[in-house]
Amino acid sequence: MSLSGTFKDLTSKPARAISGVGERIGEMPTVSRWSLIALFIVSMYLMPWWPEVPVLGWLVDTPGTSFEGVITDKVVIYVLVALGLNVVVGLAGLLDLGYVGFYAVGAYTVGVLSSQHANLPWLVCVPIAVLVSMAAGVILGTPTLRLRGDYLAIVTLGFGEIIRISANNAEWLGGSRGISKIAKPPNIGPLKFGILDAKPYFFLGLTFIIVVVFLLRRLENSRVGRAWNAVREDEDAAELMGVNTFKFKLWAFAIGAAIGGLAGTLYAGKVRFINPSNFPLQLSILFLAAVVLGGTGNMWGAILGGAVVAWMPERFRGFADKRVFVFGVALVLVMVFRPQGLIPRKIRKERWLVNWKPPESTPQSGEAEVGRG
Amino acid sequence: MADTVLSVDNVTMQFGGVTALSDVTFGIMRGEILGLIGPNGAGKTTCFNVITGVYTATSGAVTFDEQPLAGLKRFQITKRGIARTFQNIRLFPDMTAIENVMVGVDVNHKTSVGGALIGSRRHHREEREGRDKAMELLTFMGIADRAGDAARNLPYGYQRRLEIARALATKPKLLCLDEPAAGFTPAEKQELMDLIRRIRAQGYTVLLIEHDMSLVMGVTDRIVVLDFGKIIATGSPAEVQNNPDVIAAYLGVPDDAA
Amino acid sequence: MSDWLIYRTFLDLTVTGLALGAIYALVALGYTLVYGVLRLINFAHSEIFMVGTFATLITATNFIGIPLLEEGNYPYRTGFTLVAILLACIVGGMVVSGAGAVLLERVAYRPLRGSGEHVGAVVLAFTTAFTVSLVFSETTRTNVIIGLIGTAPIAVLYLRIFRRGRQAPRLAFLISAIGASTAIAEAVAIWSPRDREQYQTARVLEKKVLFEFLGTDVRIDYVLVVIGALLMMTALVLFVNRTRLGRGVRAVAQDVETAKILGVNVDFVILITFLLGGVMAGAAAMMFTLVYDQTRFNIGFLLGVKSFTAAVLGGIGNLRGALLGGFVLGLGENYGAAIFGGEWKDVIAFILLLVVLMFRPTGILGESLAKARV
Repeated sequence: MSLSGTFKDLTSKPARAISGVGERIGEMPTVSRWSLIALFIVSMYLMPWWPEVPVLGWLVDTPGTSFEGVITDKVVIYVLVALGLNVVVGLAGLLDLGYVGFYAVGAYTVGVLSSQHANLPWLVCVPIAVLVSMAAGVILGTPTLRLRGDYLAIVTLGFGEIIRISANNAEWLGGSRGISKIAKPPNIGPLKFGILDAKPYFFLGLTFIIVVVFLLRRLENSRVGRAWNAVREDEDAAELMGVNTFKFKLWAFAIGAAIGGLAGTLYAGKVRFINPSNFPLQLSILFLAAVVLGGTGNMWGAILGGAVVAWMPERFRGFADKRVFVFGVALVLVMVFRPQGLIPRKIRKERWLVNWKPPESTPQSGEAEVGRG
Repeated sequence: MADTVLSVDNVTMQFGGVTALSDVTFGIMRGEILGLIGPNGAGKTTCFNVITGVYTATSGAVTFDEQPLAGLKRFQITKRGIARTFQNIRLFPDMTAIENVMVGVDVNHKTSVGGALIGSRRHHREEREGRDKAMELLTFMGIADRAGDAARNLPYGYQRRLEIARALATKPKLLCLDEPAAGFTPAEKQELMDLIRRIRAQGYTVLLIEHDMSLVMGVTDRIVVLDFGKIIATGSPAEVQNNPDVIAAYLGVPDDAA
Repeated sequence: MSDWLIYRTFLDLTVTGLALGAIYALVALGYTLVYGVLRLINFAHSEIFMVGTFATLITATNFIGIPLLEEGNYPYRTGFTLVAILLACIVGGMVVSGAGAVLLERVAYRPLRGSGEHVGAVVLAFTTAFTVSLVFSETTRTNVIIGLIGTAPIAVLYLRIFRRGRQAPRLAFLISAIGASTAIAEAVAIWSPRDREQYQTARVLEKKVLFEFLGTDVRIDYVLVVIGALLMMTALVLFVNRTRLGRGVRAVAQDVETAKILGVNVDFVILITFLLGGVMAGAAAMMFTLVYDQTRFNIGFLLGVKSFTAAVLGGIGNLRGALLGGFVLGLGENYGAAIFGGEWKDVIAFILLLVVLMFRPTGILGESLAKARV
């Protein structure tokens, strides 16, 4: 029946349009490509003023609360988390169900250093927190990364719980009362970080995201990224092709943890009061859902997924207590009809490949010199 | 003088109560093509797996380039210079052909997270080198026209050749091919024979496991015949072909002679 | 504390630990069965258990009409009446959980395997229409009506766009499971009469001390739970090992493709696997209410995580492993809590798992439903 074709188009068109755009941007000359990217970034920074614009306003405004209630901290934090988890799950293919643990480590490090046991400024705490989270990633990864697949999943889940319960039981970490009066980010000129204005947090988070994306792109397009992909595709074959799988898996864990920790510092700096119940197991699952919903292994997918997961329940506050239910149903529906996620991972078309010419020193024919260097 | 690249000395491999290899001893000379043949279940792939570190031999030793391989991790063995292909193709399906080969090239590279993050000079040099080398190998294997396609989307013959390209990318001193002609048409087999000869002409040493007798006889310098985990004959293709034990164990079986 | 007291405490902990372990084991069986056949962590299995506890509650309270309290006392029953009520409850739990598991498989997993069919389409369609209607209306009845109206056309649409013959990636199954789990738990939280609050269940069994064992009081409910769990498990093992269908289950667990070629109806076998897991969870649900006399919409989550831990501990995909893992976890948790303090109970469970996996990477008994080492 001819209708079925139309239906199929309906489900896949938006995503195809998105990936089509990506491809077209990729083929553009460098100058226009970069100006387009710059334009995109600027429009992101202008998001607080979107409510003034007709269609965009609908996206960022809720009935009742405005921009502050929807986009701000939650979306940027979730996007950051999704980017980090995507390194672990999407690139290296390691199923981590305890990612909230690293987020908690980041937040608690800021809490401990700026309020509970010291009075360091927030900005000083951030790099320390990132390093501590990274160390946590290495400590948790070393014994567990030899496990495969679902064993890894349940053990990481356990670790997430261990971190939360330990924080709950350790008086040194504030116990179940948590830590309050955490330092906020320093004011930068007109940007005053406070309770009233959420914009500064949004700008800060967005800046973090841009830096992280920039760095991750470099990793993705390097020996490290290839090793991660190889491990994800076939761990045994990767090992037999000379990839030190354990080392690269540990790196994936550490980098993922560092980004999770970074998101945690942002969270602590925004809410300024944390306790163990902010870091439940369910949050790990929500984070994972963000990555898979967006499209595993695709950075844009992770960004979209993180944003959607944070934004949807807030935007539809009209649903009141039913929004979690709606979220669950939406997850099932997306997986049934778009199991690869909203923006599926694409086979990378190398830009250089189009213009590749053999190096001059070697002949071009089948008899090319492939001698052992 | 031809020197020994790899020597397998009195290797025995047991799984539970089953002996897959018993007291196997043979060596591979630098620059030769050695065929390892035998009926199904003779222990050829097990032997391969012992050499490449997938299994640890129950007893006996494998020496490569005058150094024992015992205790080395699998990726370290590859770094030392043993590369392999797989009987049932094991490419990285969602990576492009060129990326597959670049993973192999990366064995001899050193850039890690730090270098990639700051975009070090070495990182750029190695990336450039990796691309050139990988494209060169794809051209050599005659599959450069599909360099940008996902491995999973390549035709079967391309996938087999891509595996060889990926193995060659590690600059191996010994290239192990596990039934590279499986599923090939006679014409493709002929092409593969030419290819293996050309690989050898580049100075590589090749260990070839193969079922197809015409291929093995046509391309190898020397043949080791395994049956029930034991070596029953060693020698030139002509010698092996006329060895009564081999005929009884192997060539006599019409299925395998096909 | 005198040695005698320590000894008594130890025995007390053993008894309660075994009872808890029996419940873990029964739920773990569901995880292990599905994992063995599909290599899937059926994340929503915990919700199948939760639904089972509510089924038990409804059977006792609404169908049989037992009040929570009679003149200020628990509604204790004795003799034949008691047995009949308990049997009715367990059957209620098993039927509802079993049906729930089968439905779950059809709706949330089967379409992902590329063989979605009408049941999945209809339920998904109703859910979609119902969920969308939440935007327009706060009245549940209106929502249901809109859901029913929307079902037919949307189901037709869904049947057309099911990705037939295309297997989704593994992670997609997990996320679908998580989505289903969230939706089920929330649905109970939103549309049950007392919302998110705790429900008491009718306490029909007077928890008398049945006998003394080396000076420790052994309560009757603990004994019933352990015996019941062992019986259920034996029945399951006999089914998997002795029947034609059970052989099908083992065949599919071993090699789906070969089983298909040999004429095993794989989709049917998977359905049976979910049914068995659901039935076990339903039995566990009844036993849970028997011991703890309460339930809540989110009761499944932690218990599910623990049970899955038990399954992995014993060796996932291994029926005997689920039993062993359940008991080891129940006991280990109880002893550990006594030594380090109750607040560390869950930490102990996970550390136990980690330690076991360090030395035995596939669990205590190793994984394998196919070989059905029982």
